[in-house]
Amino acid sequence: MQKSVLQDTVFHEREDSIITKGKQKKQLTCDTASVAGCVSQRACVYCGARVVLNPVTDAIHLVHGPIGCASYTWDIRGSLSSGSELYRNSFSTDLKEKDVIFGGEKKLARAIDELVAEYPTKVVFVYATCIVGVIGDDLEAVCKAASAKHQIEVIPVQSSGFAGNKAAGYRAACDALLRLIKPSQKKNKPKASTVNYLGDFNLAGEVWIIKDYLKQIGIELNVAFTGDSHYEALKNATTASLNIIQCAGSMIYLAQRMEELYAIPYMNISFLGLEDTAASLRRIVDSFGDPEMKLCLEELLVRETSKVKPTLDWYRERLQGKKAAIYVGGGFKAISLIKQFREIGIDVVMIGTQTGRQEEYQTINELVDEGTVILDDANPSELEKFMVEKGAHLLVGGVKERPLAYKLGIAFIDHNHDRKHPLSGFVGAVNLAKEVATTLCSPVWQYV
Amino acid sequence: MLNCTPKELKERTGGVINPAKTCQPLGAMYAALGIHGCLPHSHGSQGCCSYHRMHLTRHFREPIMASTSSFTEGASVFGGGANLKTAIKNVFTIYNPEIMAVHTTCLSETIGDDLPTIIRTAEIPEGKVVIHANTPSYQGSHITGFSNMTKGMVNYLAEATTETKKEQVNIIPGFVNPGDMREIKRILKIMGIKTILFPDTSGVVDSPMTGEYAMYPRGGTQLKDLVDTGNSKLTVALGSYASADAANQLERKCQVPAVVLRTPIGVKATDQLLMTLINKFTVDIPVELEEERGQLVDIMTDTHFHFHGKKVAIFGDPDIMLAMTEFVLSLGMKPIHVLTGTPGSGGALGTALGNFEKEIQELLQEAGVPGKVKAGGDLFDLHQWIKNEPVDLLIGNTYGKYIARAEDIPFVRLGFPILDRSVHSYLPVVSYKGAMRLIEMISNALLDRADRDAKDEDFELVM
Ligand code: SF4
Ligand code: SF4
Repeated sequence: MQKSVLQDTVFHEREDSIITKGKQKKQLTCDTASVAGCVSQRACVYCGARVVLNPVTDAIHLVHGPIGCASYTWDIRGSLSSGSELYRNSFSTDLKEKDVIFGGEKKLARAIDELVAEYPTKVVFVYATCIVGVIGDDLEAVCKAASAKHQIEVIPVQSSGFAGNKAAGYRAACDALLRLIKPSQKKNKPKASTVNYLGDFNLAGEVWIIKDYLKQIGIELNVAFTGDSHYEALKNATTASLNIIQCAGSMIYLAQRMEELYAIPYMNISFLGLEDTAASLRRIVDSFGDPEMKLCLEELLVRETSKVKPTLDWYRERLQGKKAAIYVGGGFKAISLIKQFREIGIDVVMIGTQTGRQEEYQTINELVDEGTVILDDANPSELEKFMVEKGAHLLVGGVKERPLAYKLGIAFIDHNHDRKHPLSGFVGAVNLAKEVATTLCSPVWQYV
Repeated sequence: MLNCTPKELKERTGGVINPAKTCQPLGAMYAALGIHGCLPHSHGSQGCCSYHRMHLTRHFREPIMASTSSFTEGASVFGGGANLKTAIKNVFTIYNPEIMAVHTTCLSETIGDDLPTIIRTAEIPEGKVVIHANTPSYQGSHITGFSNMTKGMVNYLAEATTETKKEQVNIIPGFVNPGDMREIKRILKIMGIKTILFPDTSGVVDSPMTGEYAMYPRGGTQLKDLVDTGNSKLTVALGSYASADAANQLERKCQVPAVVLRTPIGVKATDQLLMTLINKFTVDIPVELEEERGQLVDIMTDTHFHFHGKKVAIFGDPDIMLAMTEFVLSLGMKPIHVLTGTPGSGGALGTALGNFEKEIQELLQEAGVPGKVKAGGDLFDLHQWIKNEPVDLLIGNTYGKYIARAEDIPFVRLGFPILDRSVHSYLPVVSYKGAMRLIEMISNALLDRADRDAKDEDFELVM
């Protein structure tokens, strides 16, 4: 069989985006634009914005642009809802040639009118795609007029912009959310012992797990940004006494703004893995300074840990010594995964993210063993090269990486939108171990 | 729970709810994957490319490679020429394909990049090829994109070099699965006719597991064969929307006569393909194919009572809809709702190749079945139709599952994309064999439902 021609080739311009722990002193360059002609795994501003806002369940999510941008984002994430399913439909202005030439504002206005008539709702998000930026539609004006006409909120999401990556889209989404949560009167009355939970999209019902833990220790989850959220709940977001952030990449900006505007303090946490889950819950409880809560929490930790420990030990015995490669979206997830894999005896030999930030890469560098390859915005040939070189048995990635891993005879788990089991909290740790074992221990690899 | 669609019909002009199509570049990317050693290239921002690859990956469950010009803010002001030139250089240095097939996106189209000029003035290594197609998504659909890229292959590569045409046929399969392309090649091989199938994604997006990753798998139409299409005696375009443009272009450019046929689904359309071939080439219908046809007809008679009078709704790509309408009619079913997301007239820009609604209506009228037909429709339309006039079966791509669930109707997955089931891309729906598979799928769906719904006293062993 012919070896891939790519085995030894890495773009020159990309050399600064790859390091091996222990070898170089230099810092990793991240957040640079992808190289022209590269098979980049990166997504766009709109994608980032859509990912963040999509789980608002009772909103009309209207994509202003040609059809594709809407088609590809139709219900592709497993964000679960306990109420409305409206967000799972796909709405597009489906711009045609004449709209591109004469402008799409009129069509957009008609689309909003029609959709609001078909689906009574309180909030419409209108997403700008790249082309809208170029043809110069005034989204702000159309949305304002529609809002006045229908007496509901019609919020433009400025997600046009091809220069940026997903991170710019997160910010556009946060700006839209800030507009939405702005209290109509002065300030909503704050409620004691309530938190907003930022950066969890309720994939496979993950928000519900955390909500339940918090409830058990006497903390009310006010609203999650944005998993299983809806208009009314978001409108009360400013009443929370604390913001906790799971996915900092997408939500740190929102938290900072909410601190400035509404004096709500925030805290980064992670509910991935036993170690991080316990530590995070402790920090949340500490910030409330309530001894009773503390007691409740310690009981919960003992209870939950004893439930999962034997199972995890069983898995660790079987998985000990396996090597994993990780390629995920954000830095926080990568960090948690390293720790989580350690809990089940797996070494991380390669780790990369699409949008990790400088601080996160530093933490990663401190966490991993000597010789681990760290890379930013990897292309498939780099992933292949380092997985093979480092002898990875397992790849953790997203939809585009799955078949690549399989082709190499490497096991795979999805830690992205396509995950089917919740990976948060104590049950999540077990689910992860189970998923890892399911793929690693499958007999199919014998036939490769 | 997912049933948000109201029953009452209203005129809509503000866009699409739940699309039954996607954008041109995806089709162009898929067509380009059907050339051996080709790296598709998306001239636009990285987001589009990422989405197209993701969508194809989900359908085929294979790694889909494509590069992007990675537009930056500057490109929207100064044009993307510099990006494309850098991209061409980088692609050949690093990924080393034989050929690079560039398609545009909405963005580069709106900016107005002049691709032929950019490509002509780019540094292309000796012996390597760059082709292109314009694929603005604000026209047509992924089917238009497929058609445009296939036509691009003819524009750039086909050459008439021989005095007399060779005893070989070009076949353009249309936007179908690699399983279908393999099946078409199998038939032509049995008939003993030398064939150039293009594009040919078999062996590319259904390549076998070897434990090694090959960026350019073994399949795909060879470059030299694409050049040689200009010397063939005949081009058969399967499907007027996805394939006719390229065939007609080949006729204009290299005087290869073009015949446009229906996608060969079912007895009649497959017969037509075979008849066309035996009329043009001195061959007989091989016993093997005669036997397969006989088996199919046998199966149809064995099972016809399951199908007769059953109402069906079908949605998907126009060529497949035309063929499927004819096929389900041949089984005695009533396709009362037929819808495609692709706009009605024309494969490529400006050329009115067909009129979808008229063609389907003719088929329905001939069979005496009144039905609703729409081109450029969406799944909201279809769902409303079904609410107003229920059906016994729904046939379409994965997105149909919402309607099937809401209305509790049996559902057969067919077309692109299928995101929630596997193996579909490996097996054919074309030819006699493919029709057998379709009959199995349809009758299983209907009979599984009958079993599920039967009261104990009506539950039967033999059906
Ligand atoms: S911008 Fe155009 S090419 Fe890109 S995904 Fe949207 S519709 Fe498709
Ligand atoms: S046009 Fe822009 S917004 Fe749409 S998919 Fe492409 S990069 Fe994303």
